[in-house]
Amino acid sequence: MKYILMMNGTKAHFAEYAKWSKQDIEANVAFMRGFSKQLKDEGVFVATEGLGWPDQAKLVRAGKDNVPITDGVFPESKEFLAGYWIVDVESPEQAYQIAARASGAPGPGGVRGNMPIEVRQVLSGHSDLGL
Amino acid sequence: MKYILMMNTMKAGCEGFSGWEKKDVQAHIAYMIGMAKDLGKSGELVSAEGLTFPDQAKLVRAGKDGMPITDGVFPESKEFLAGYWVVDVATPERAYAIAARGSAAPGPGGAPLNMPIEVRPLMSGPPPVNP
Amino acid sequence: MTTRPLEPAIEHLLRELTPQVLGSVVRRFRDFAAAEDAVQEASLAAATQWPRDGLPENPRAWLTQVAFRRVTDHIRSESARRRRESEAAFEMEQVAPAAAAASESDEDDTLILLFMCCHPALTPASAIALTLRAVGGLTTAEIAHAFLVPEATMAQRISRAKQSIKDSDIPFQLPTSGERSQRLRAVLHVLYLIFNEGYTSSAGPQLRRADLSVEAVRLTRIVQQRQPNDTEVAGLLALMLLTDARRLARTGEGGELIPLAQQDRTLWDRQQIAEGVALLSATLPKGAVGPYQLQAAIAAVHDEAATAEATDWPQILALYNLLKGMSDNPMVALNRAIAEAMVHGATKGLELLDALKDDPRIAEHHRVDAVRAHLLELAGDENGAVKHYQAAAGKTGSLPERNYLLAQAARLSSKLPATNRKGSV
Repeated sequence: MKYILMMNGTKAHFAEYAKWSKQDIEANVAFMRGFSKQLKDEGVFVATEGLGWPDQAKLVRAGKDNVPITDGVFPESKEFLAGYWIVDVESPEQAYQIAARASGAPGPGGVRGNMPIEVRQVLSGHSDLGL
Repeated sequence: MKYILMMNTMKAGCEGFSGWEKKDVQAHIAYMIGMAKDLGKSGELVSAEGLTFPDQAKLVRAGKDGMPITDGVFPESKEFLAGYWVVDVATPERAYAIAARGSAAPGPGGAPLNMPIEVRPLMSGPPPVNP
Repeated sequence: MTTRPLEPAIEHLLRELTPQVLGSVVRRFRDFAAAEDAVQEASLAAATQWPRDGLPENPRAWLTQVAFRRVTDHIRSESARRRRESEAAFEMEQVAPAAAAASESDEDDTLILLFMCCHPALTPASAIALTLRAVGGLTTAEIAHAFLVPEATMAQRISRAKQSIKDSDIPFQLPTSGERSQRLRAVLHVLYLIFNEGYTSSAGPQLRRADLSVEAVRLTRIVQQRQPNDTEVAGLLALMLLTDARRLARTGEGGELIPLAQQDRTLWDRQQIAEGVALLSATLPKGAVGPYQLQAAIAAVHDEAATAEATDWPQILALYNLLKGMSDNPMVALNRAIAEAMVHGATKGLELLDALKDDPRIAEHHRVDAVRAHLLELAGDENGAVKHYQAAAGKTGSLPERNYLLAQAARLSSKLPATNRKGSV
């Protein structure tokens, strides 16, 4: 079963992160890298991506004559996806345990965090025999 | 350059299809399948996934002992990711054009839905300290 | 690594030989993980050299020699660091990599491998991956592809599975007669899971998951040939054949699911059905009837009906009543509720469903809502049916199923008076 584990943040969250000390950011990045490596070693890793910052986000709609309508205006309260992991596990509980580990990424001062990780099941292209 | 094209939804899943005729549901699904197929053929598709509906979403934090603390409570105004495409394209304009195609997916009566598709670049390295 | 597709004949030969060779190597060196690595390397060497140089006179001996050499090289390089093992290494050198003739223990070896790979110490996902690799002879890339995970992830999964076997000290031998039936059940369960993985997949140019069902049938045949008197093995094989026979009719052009009652029966594979029925007919009289045989019998009743309307539901209900007595599986109860409805009416079927509300294993499963929706529709409660199709759509993790359920909800709701027709995704 595949699950997506998502880190979300408002523009304010991103701005805060940008103010962390170089050490704290490096520690956080090192944690993320190490975490992805652990998932690979455990045989559950499917994918991970970090997303560009909210100021680079665009909202696109279909316009007339196939010309896309693009703007970059979002509500202040909007939560932006910062990054995600996709894991292939054998139960939802296993996904939650992995999410809890991601949640513990270190923050300012190297203090272990507990940021909320949104966990969703990824739909499979497969259907069961049902026996 | 890799981009993620995200379909967000405010509604809890099924309500979004409420009131549609069966042929409209099928046309919408066929459109999405066709789009993914074409992007596969052009070599631009990296991945495309649908997620289970938001009422199944969980928010997970690290508890004090590292055990996951899980709840399903999200703010009323939260937007949920319904699905996404990750594309690898030569220009941002191409990413917007693909997003516009997704946005034009048909709804009730076959009319284009004009859903807003959030487009974000994917990072190939760690986040910059001062974006 | 670039892989040109192998000639089918060579690929087929390698798939057949590698588990036999693996058996020989494990017997000789008693190190499953090292043996598996060595056989993989030998197989890769064959895949490169045989198309170029032609088939060797004794392909099995060729593979065995190469694998033996790889293992001794590995041991030698390990023990080069340790003075004490140098004697053992010297001994190994003296062993002539003799042409290993096909022995009677061949058949046992493949079975032993299956027992090892399906050992209850492994998680289902690990057992599936390892079985497909070590017994099925699929490459790591092929298995990764089938399960839509990166190759490196699948390689790790297999590697960790081999390590678990090592750590659990599982011996390379048939289980004792006391453990035999439990271990065989574990094997059948893994083979069933592999079959299930290939059951349906959304249309896509790269997906060849149907091959997993074919592979499951092949591996189950191997077990059945080596355990011809085991009725549940035959039952599982019959169930697979009778279910796989319907594969082409199960999926529409756009990848959509087509339920049994609406399938084009001219697309069913009559030969597979005939084989499944024959196997079942030969097996049931032996008297040791178990759940797989009963599931196969139910599949046979469906497969032998010329049309959906001609289905012998009373026979199916009788079989479910038998099955209920021997299987604790809540899915059985669900399917029995459908059969009950077809024989005694939707209300009776719904009553059986109500009994499942308190079963924690299944109460939240999407199929309960899906079956309830179907029965409510039969009972004429279209409002209720729509609600439950929608609830089921919200709970399933399968995209083709969700699409099917949403389409059913839409089909029914557009018959109802329009309350709120404005919709957007």
